[in-house]
Amino acid sequence: MSAAALLSQLLQVAIALLLAPLLVGWVNQCRAWLQNKRPPSLFLPYRTIHKLFVKDAVIADNASPIFRLMPYIVFGAMCCAAAIVPSLATALPFARAADAIALVGLFALARVFMALAAMDIGTSFGSLGARREMFVGFLAEPALLMVLFTASLISGSTALPTIVDTLAHRELAIYPSLAFAGVAFTMVSLAENARVPVDNPATHLELTMIHEAMLLEYSARHLALLEWASALKLFNYSCIGLALFFPFGIAEGADFVAMLGAAPALVLKLAIGGASLAVIETLSAKMRIFRAPEFLGTAFLLAVLGMLVNLLLGS
Amino acid sequence: MPEIVFVLALPVLGAALLALIGHRSFAPSVNVAVSTGTFVAAAALTARVIEDGPLLVLGRQFLLDPFNVFLVALTAFVGMTTSLFSRPYMRIEEEHGRLTPGRLRLYHSMFQLFMFTMLLALTTNNVGILWVAMEAATLATVLLVSLYRTPASLEAAWKYFILCGVGIAQALFGTILLYFAAEKLLGAGGGALLWTELNAVRENLEPTVVSLAFVFLLVGYGTKVGLVPLHNWLPDAHAEGPTPVSAVLSGLLLNVALYAVVRCKVLVDGALPDAFAKDLMIGFGLLSVVVAALLLSRQKDIKRLFAYSSIEHMGIITFAFGIGGPIANFAGLLHMTVHSLTKSAIFFAVGHAVQKTGTQVMDDIRGLVTISPMVGWGLALGALAILGMPPFGVFASEFLILTTAMREQPWATPFLLAALGVAFAAVFSKVQPMVFGETTAMRLPVRPAMIPVFTHLSLVLMLGLWIPPFLADWYRNAAKLIG
Amino acid sequence: MTALPIGQQLINLFAAILLLLAFAMLAQRRIVSLIDLFAAQGLVLALSTAVVAYSTRQPHLYESAALTLALKVFVLPWLLYRLVRKLDVRWEFEGLINIPTTMLIGIVLVVLSFNLALPISELASTVTRSTLGIAMASVMLAFLMMITRRKAIPQVIGFLAMENGLLFAATSATYGMPMVVELGIALDVLVGMLILGVFFFQIREQFDSLDLRHLENLKEEE
Repeated sequence: MSAAALLSQLLQVAIALLLAPLLVGWVNQCRAWLQNKRPPSLFLPYRTIHKLFVKDAVIADNASPIFRLMPYIVFGAMCCAAAIVPSLATALPFARAADAIALVGLFALARVFMALAAMDIGTSFGSLGARREMFVGFLAEPALLMVLFTASLISGSTALPTIVDTLAHRELAIYPSLAFAGVAFTMVSLAENARVPVDNPATHLELTMIHEAMLLEYSARHLALLEWASALKLFNYSCIGLALFFPFGIAEGADFVAMLGAAPALVLKLAIGGASLAVIETLSAKMRIFRAPEFLGTAFLLAVLGMLVNLLLGS
Repeated sequence: MPEIVFVLALPVLGAALLALIGHRSFAPSVNVAVSTGTFVAAAALTARVIEDGPLLVLGRQFLLDPFNVFLVALTAFVGMTTSLFSRPYMRIEEEHGRLTPGRLRLYHSMFQLFMFTMLLALTTNNVGILWVAMEAATLATVLLVSLYRTPASLEAAWKYFILCGVGIAQALFGTILLYFAAEKLLGAGGGALLWTELNAVRENLEPTVVSLAFVFLLVGYGTKVGLVPLHNWLPDAHAEGPTPVSAVLSGLLLNVALYAVVRCKVLVDGALPDAFAKDLMIGFGLLSVVVAALLLSRQKDIKRLFAYSSIEHMGIITFAFGIGGPIANFAGLLHMTVHSLTKSAIFFAVGHAVQKTGTQVMDDIRGLVTISPMVGWGLALGALAILGMPPFGVFASEFLILTTAMREQPWATPFLLAALGVAFAAVFSKVQPMVFGETTAMRLPVRPAMIPVFTHLSLVLMLGLWIPPFLADWYRNAAKLIG
Repeated sequence: MTALPIGQQLINLFAAILLLLAFAMLAQRRIVSLIDLFAAQGLVLALSTAVVAYSTRQPHLYESAALTLALKVFVLPWLLYRLVRKLDVRWEFEGLINIPTTMLIGIVLVVLSFNLALPISELASTVTRSTLGIAMASVMLAFLMMITRRKAIPQVIGFLAMENGLLFAATSATYGMPMVVELGIALDVLVGMLILGVFFFQIREQFDSLDLRHLENLKEEE
C-alpha cells in the first residue's frame, strides 16, 4: 500500500465526512421548499454539530461504559463504511477489506451498539426506541442482503469495486432485475435511515420516534458525533445506491486527479438523490409501526423478484 | 353434409327460441320437439357413419368416427328422454311453487344451449374448440344448478363454477402445451390443433411436453369427470339442482369430459414409450371407485347418494380405459352407455319420488310402491341395475372389466371387488326401505312421466342380454381406435 | 456484455411488470384497486403481444393484442366496476392468511414455477421462451389469490388473472393460439363474467352479503 494510495483513501473519507452534513442540509432545504416554508441555511447541520461540540456533556449516574463508548464506536463504524463504499473511486486500498455482506454487518454493528446504549440508562423511551429499531432492522437486513445478492449475481462477486466495475461497463438498456432491486433498495434505505414513511426525523413526539428515541439521553460531543454519524449513514447508503445503480463517473484508478474529477459527478448525483428523497418524504405519510413488516416485506419481495427475474431472463 | 349441421344447429336455434318463449305453457313441448329433432338428426348421422365410415367434414373441423358418433347418438337420446321427463316434472315444480315462469324460461334455453355445447365438444376435431365447448358447458349449467335460489343451491353452483373453472384452466394450459408440441411438427396455425393431424404425427411429439400436457389435461378434464380428489363439486351440484339437470350432468356431461380425456390419452400413448397415461388413469379411476364406495354409506340425501354412485362408475370406466386393450375398452364403452341410461333413469324416478314425498332426505322417504307402483318399481329396478345385478347391462360391462383387470392388473382386483361390494350393500340397504314398507308419499297433481324411465331400463336390460351386431361392431372399432 | 435487442428487452420488462402486478394483486385490499391492477395486467399483456408481433413480423398477433385490449382492459373491468358499484362492496379485510405470509408463499410458488418451466423453455423456439416461467408463476400466484380470499369478487378476479397468465404462457411458448381458439376463449370469459354477474346478485339477494363464509355450509354429513 503506497503512500499515495493511503492519501487517496483518506481523501475519500474526508470528503465523505465533509459532505454528509451538507447532504442532510440539502434534504431539509428541499423539504422546506416543497412544503412552502422558508428553508433553513444549507450549512445549519455544520453549525449544529459545532455548537454541540463546545458544550459540556451531562451523563446519567447509572450510565455504563457502553453509554460513553457508543458514539465513538458508531462514528468509527460509519467512517469505516465511508472508506469501503466506492463513492469516488473503486481501486482504493481499504475497498478490499470488506465485501458487500461485511458492509451490512458493519451497519448492523453500529445498530446493535446504539440499541444497547439506548437501553443502558433504563428509561422507557430509550427501550422503546431500541426495540423498534431492532424490529425494523431485523426486517430490513434480509431485504438489503437480497438487493446486494442480485447485484453480485449480475457481476459475479460480492466485492463492491467489482460490482461497480461490471455494472459501469454494461450497455445502456432496460434491466428489469436491476429496476426491482433499485426500488427495493430505496425502500430499505428509507427504513434504515429513519426517514418517512418509516420514521419521521423531524418529530418531537417521543411515542412516534424510532431513531431519535435512542438518542434522547445524549448531549454535547456525544450527540454531535451521533448526528454526524447518522448523516454519514445517509451518505453511505446513498453512495451504495449510486454505486449499484448509477455507477457513471466513479473513478477507475486511485489517483488524486481522477478522484477530484469524480467529485463533481458525485455531488451532482447526491443533489438529485437528496431532492428525490425530499419529494418521497413530502408525498408519503409516516405509517404505523405495525405496518412496517408489510413495507419491508414488500421490499424483500421486490429484491427476491429481481434476483429470480435475473436468474430466469438473464437480465 | 346436412346431418351434422342439423345436429348442431337445432339445439342452438332451440335455445334462441326458448329464450324468447320459454315461460309460456307450451314451452316444454317445444323443448321436447327440439330435442326429438336433434335425436332424429343424430340417428341419421349415425346411420351415415355406419354406412360410409369415419367422416371428416366442414373443412376438417368436425370429425365423426366410431368413438364419438355413438356418444353423439347417446347424448341426443338421453337429451330427448330428459326433455320428455322434464315436461311433467317442471310443471309439478311450478305447481309446488318452487319455480317461476321466468326461471323456467332460463331453464329451457340453457338446457338446449347445454345440449349444443356437448354435441359440439363431441364432434369437433379441434382440440382448442373442445376446450371452449367444455367451458361453455360448465357456464351453461351454473345458473341451472342454482335455479331454486336456496342458500344450498347457491353454494353448490358457486363451488361448481369455481372448481370446474380452475380445472378447466388447467386443461387450457394442457391444451397450450399440446399445441406447443404440435407446432414443431405441423407448423403454426389452426392445423396444429386438429386431432386427426395430431394423431397422424403422435409418435414424433416431444415426450416431456406431452406428458406434462397430459397431466394438466387429466387434472383439468378429470375435474369435470368427477375423479377423486377433484370431485367436490359433484355431489352438491347434483343434489341441489333440479332433477333433469342432475340427470344430464350425470348421464351426459361426465361422459363427454371422459371422452375428452380419452382423446388426449390416445395421443399420449403414441408419443410416450411407457404406459404413463394408462397408469395415471388406472390410479385415478381406482381411487375414485374406492373413495366413492366408502362415502356412499354416509349419505343421507338421495340425490347425493346417486351422485357418489356416478363418481364410482366414472372411476370404473376410467380404470377400464386405463387398462386398455380391446376387451377393456369395449367394456368401458359399453359401461359408458349403460351407466348413462341407468343413471338418468334413476334420477327420473328419484325426481318424482322426491316430489311425492316433498323431501330429499332418505330417512323420510318410505314405501313408494304403495302409493305409486311405477315410481317405486322404477327406482328399485334402476338401483338394482346400477349396482350390477345381472341380467342388466351394467353387470356385463363390470364383469368384463373385472376379468380383464384380473389378467392385466391383478393387484387392483381385490380393491375393485371390495368397493363394488361395499357400494352394493350401502345403496341396496338404503333403497329397500324407501321403496317398500309404510308410505309417507302423496299423490302428484300431474301424472309422472315414467315412460323415459322404463325405456332406459329396458334398453339396459337388452344390452345386458344381447348387443345388436352393429353396436358391437361399433364398440369394437372404437375400442381399436382408443388402443 | 452486449444487451439484447430492444424488442427482447421490452418483452422481458413487460414480463417482469406482469409478475409484479400479480404480487400487487395478492397484497391489495381495496377491491376497486384490484380491478385497476387487473386492467393494468391486461394492458401489459396486450402491449407485450404487440411487441412480439412487431419483432417477429406476425400480423395475426396484432389481432390477438387488439382482442386482449378490448376485452381485458375495457369490457371486463367495466363490467366489474358496475358490479362493484351495484353490489356496494368496497373493502375486503384480512383473508385466510395475513399478507406477509401470503407473499412468502408466493415467492416459493414463483421459484417452483421457474423450475417447472425450465425444461419446456429449452424446447421452445420462440423469441419469448424465457418468459414462460413468469407466465406460469403468475398463474400460480393468481391461484394462490383465489384460495386465500374471502369475498366473491376478489376470487373471480383471481380466476380472470389466472386466465391472463395462461394466455401469456400461450404467447410466450407458441406465439399465441389460432385465432379461432382465442376468440372462443374470449367468448367464454365474457359469457362467464356475465353469468357471474347474475349469480352475484342471486347470492347477494339470499345472503345480503358477498362474504363467502356463507357459502361453506354444505358438508359431507348432509
